[in-house]
Formats: sequence, C-alpha cells, structure tokens
Amino acid sequence: MDWQALALTLRLATITTAILLVLSIPLSALLVLGRSRWLAVLEALATLPLVLPPTVLGFFLLVLLGPRTAIGRGVTALLGHPLAFSFSGLVVGSVIYSLPFAVQPLVAGFAAVEPALVDAARLLGANPFRIVFTLFVPLARRSLLAAAVLSFLHTVGEFGVVLMLGGDIPGATRTLSILLYNQVENFDYASANRTASILLTLSVVALAAIYSGNRKRRGSHA
Amino acid sequence: MLEFALEVRRGSFHLQVDCHFASEWTVIFGPSGAGKSTLLRYLAGLDLPDRGNIALDGHALTDSARRIHLKPGHRKTALVAQQPALFPHMSVAANVGYGLAGLNRGRRAERIEEMLTLVDAANLEHRHPHDLSGGEAQRVALARALAPLPRLLLLDEPFSALDGAASDALLARLQAWLRGRNVQTILVTHDATDAYASGAEVALMREGRVVAIGPPEIALSAERQRIIERLGRGIERN
Repeated sequence: MDWQALALTLRLATITTAILLVLSIPLSALLVLGRSRWLAVLEALATLPLVLPPTVLGFFLLVLLGPRTAIGRGVTALLGHPLAFSFSGLVVGSVIYSLPFAVQPLVAGFAAVEPALVDAARLLGANPFRIVFTLFVPLARRSLLAAAVLSFLHTVGEFGVVLMLGGDIPGATRTLSILLYNQVENFDYASANRTASILLTLSVVALAAIYSGNRKRRGSHA
Repeated sequence: MLEFALEVRRGSFHLQVDCHFASEWTVIFGPSGAGKSTLLRYLAGLDLPDRGNIALDGHALTDSARRIHLKPGHRKTALVAQQPALFPHMSVAANVGYGLAGLNRGRRAERIEEMLTLVDAANLEHRHPHDLSGGEAQRVALARALAPLPRLLLLDEPFSALDGAASDALLARLQAWLRGRNVQTILVTHDATDAYASGAEVALMREGRVVAIGPPEIALSAERQRIIERLGRGIERN
C-alpha cells in the first residue's frame, strides 16, 4: 500500500474542500440573491468544469500557469516556483475542477429557502452577509454537507486534471488515481485492486452517510 | 405623512398611484388582485418601481429621478404580511430580537419582552415557530416587526388567523401603542368591515389605482350599498 499517495490524496481533498466551501458559500448566495443579468454568465462559468473534459481544463491551466503567460510568470515570481507540477498547482486545479460540485448543491439549498424569510430579514435590516449566515447556512445545512462530501470525493477521484497539471511526482502530485493508473500500466493488478478498493470504499461510505441523513429527515417529516 | 407617486408595469399588471396619507391609520381596501399587497412591497422598499417617489415625513425613501432607494431595513418601515414568515430555526425570542442587532443584550431582552407582552405572547418566548398556532405566529410576526420601533407600519391582512374577538382586542391594544409611539399605519384588507371598524381614512384600490380616498362612509359608499343589497336579498330569501 502506498501510504504516501493516500495521505497526499486526503490532504489535497481536505484543502480543496475547505477552500471550495469558503468560495462557494458567497458565490452561491450571490447567484441566488443577485439580480444582475451577468450572473447567468457567472453561473455558466461555475458550471463549466462539469461538462468540460478534465484534460482540456488541465491543459488550459497548464498553459495559463506556465512561463508563457503573465499570470504564470507572476505566480512564479510570487511563490518562487511554478504552480505546474507542484502540490499547490494541484490545489488550484482541484478547486476549479470541483467548483460545480460545491456550487450546485448550495445554490439548490439556498434557493429552497422561502423568499418571504429573506424579505423578513431584509426588512429587519439584515445585510446579505447576515442573511447568508443566519438564514441560508443553518436552513440549508444538508446542502452544505452534500457540497462538502461531493467536493471531497470528486477531488479524491480526479485524474485528468491531476495528470495534465501535476504529472506523477511521488509525494508532491502522485494521488491515488495516478497510482492506480501506474499499477495497471505495470500489470500489478493486486495492488491496483487494493487502490481501487480504497477509492470505492471512500465513495460508498461518504455517499451512504449523506443518503442515510436524507432518509432520516424524510422519515421524520412523514 | 406618507406621500408617494409610483408607476410599475409587470406583464399585464399596471400599478399607477399618486396620493398622500396624512392620517395616522389608513386602510387600503380593494378586491383581490387590485395591487394592495404589491403597493405595500414598494412602500417597504422590497421592490424597485419603474418610476416614482416615496417620502415619509418629507424624507425621500425612494426617488427614481434622484436615484435614491433606501434599503428595506433603512426606511424605518415595517411590513407584516398574512404569512408570518418566522425564521423556523430560531426561538420566538430570537425572531423578535433579529432586528435589534444594534442594541446591547439587556436592552434587547427588555424590548423583546415589551413587544411580546404587547401582542399578548409573552408566554411563547422560548417556543419555536413549528410549535405555534397560526394566530400565535401572526402575533409573534407583529412583535418582530415592531421591535425596531418603525415610523411606518404596513399591515397586509396580518390578523387573518385570529378570531374576531382576539383580532379586535389586539387591534385596540396595538392602536393605543402605535399612537403613543407616533407610528403611522397602513392596513390592507379586502374585508369592508375592517375598514369601517377602524374608523380610519380609507383608500379604495382597483386594478392598480387608488380610485377613492376619504372617510369610510364616502370612500366605501358603493361597497356599503352592495353589502346592504346582498344582506337584503339574504333576508328576503329567509
């Protein structure tokens, strides 16, 4: 068992999920509360990674963060190393790649909060920040949990973006899915079976936890 | 005094009003779909009119020509709708205290107690909205709206879940409190008896326009005639 790859995968998924929640809560609230027609473009951009092939996303990020662009050169000057083929680069790629998996459940959960409650809060002087943290977050906590779990699992299982942007550097960018690919390429099916089983178990346990929570809630409302 | 001139087009609905309410208690009466609730939403600042202005005691709340639109929580205006819209995850006390973020803990607790006592709901302080009856929820919604001490109170059929006697008792207590605090009130109703009972200035609305304004016996003379004729027909049948 490659514990280093497992630890790196879990660290990547945890950091990505934390960043995604911090970004997605205000972004989703803006999409629900905002009235500008430009928000349709923003929502489309936030959904794009869902339909874009991961290798395409990985390629564009690789080019964008490389030495040929001003952004890439700026980031390199700031960090002292290029983001491509580093753990930090993987985090950036994972955040973008898993963004829809955090935003979609949150938008659905926030939009399900009765508009009359939002109106009542506005009439009582609440600003958007207070509406989000006193109404949206507590009333849509199941959506928040779903967003966190889906973002985590999606990051654990990502392959195309990791391969394009991070390559295969042990301890820096070799995640479980890259390890699995290597094991299969080397005809080491016993190890591949163990790695795949870990990925499968992680996904089943986390999804079962979400759905059992939903079933309990439906049961209590019956 | 509340002065407003508003114009709004939403699909086939056209709201066009231009009037001022000087009375401390005004009843807006009209059939369903006349635009009464819509008008209250614009007065409360929840929606932005296509054109127009709203001023309370000479201070502009909305003025499209001058690009002024104070946010709902900054207009000293409260709105209580038929649907109480209490925050379901908060206790009654937390609901009433929601608009009191600027007060310290002690003053907030005092104000919550004062408001709940006013609406005869002091015993509900620790309950949650899902434990309340429709009438109790409407009382709490009223206490929550009054807690920040508004200058203008907009009531959109807020006592529909209370029986007649309870509604009258609450209304009498509320009117005395509002008079003492100098709060101007606008009550929307489609029940003519509400308009007569309050003895207030009445504005009659139809199809998005205020078509009559004055004391109930003048503004509602046609409605009064209709009710009398209907009662007469009922008596003849029996």
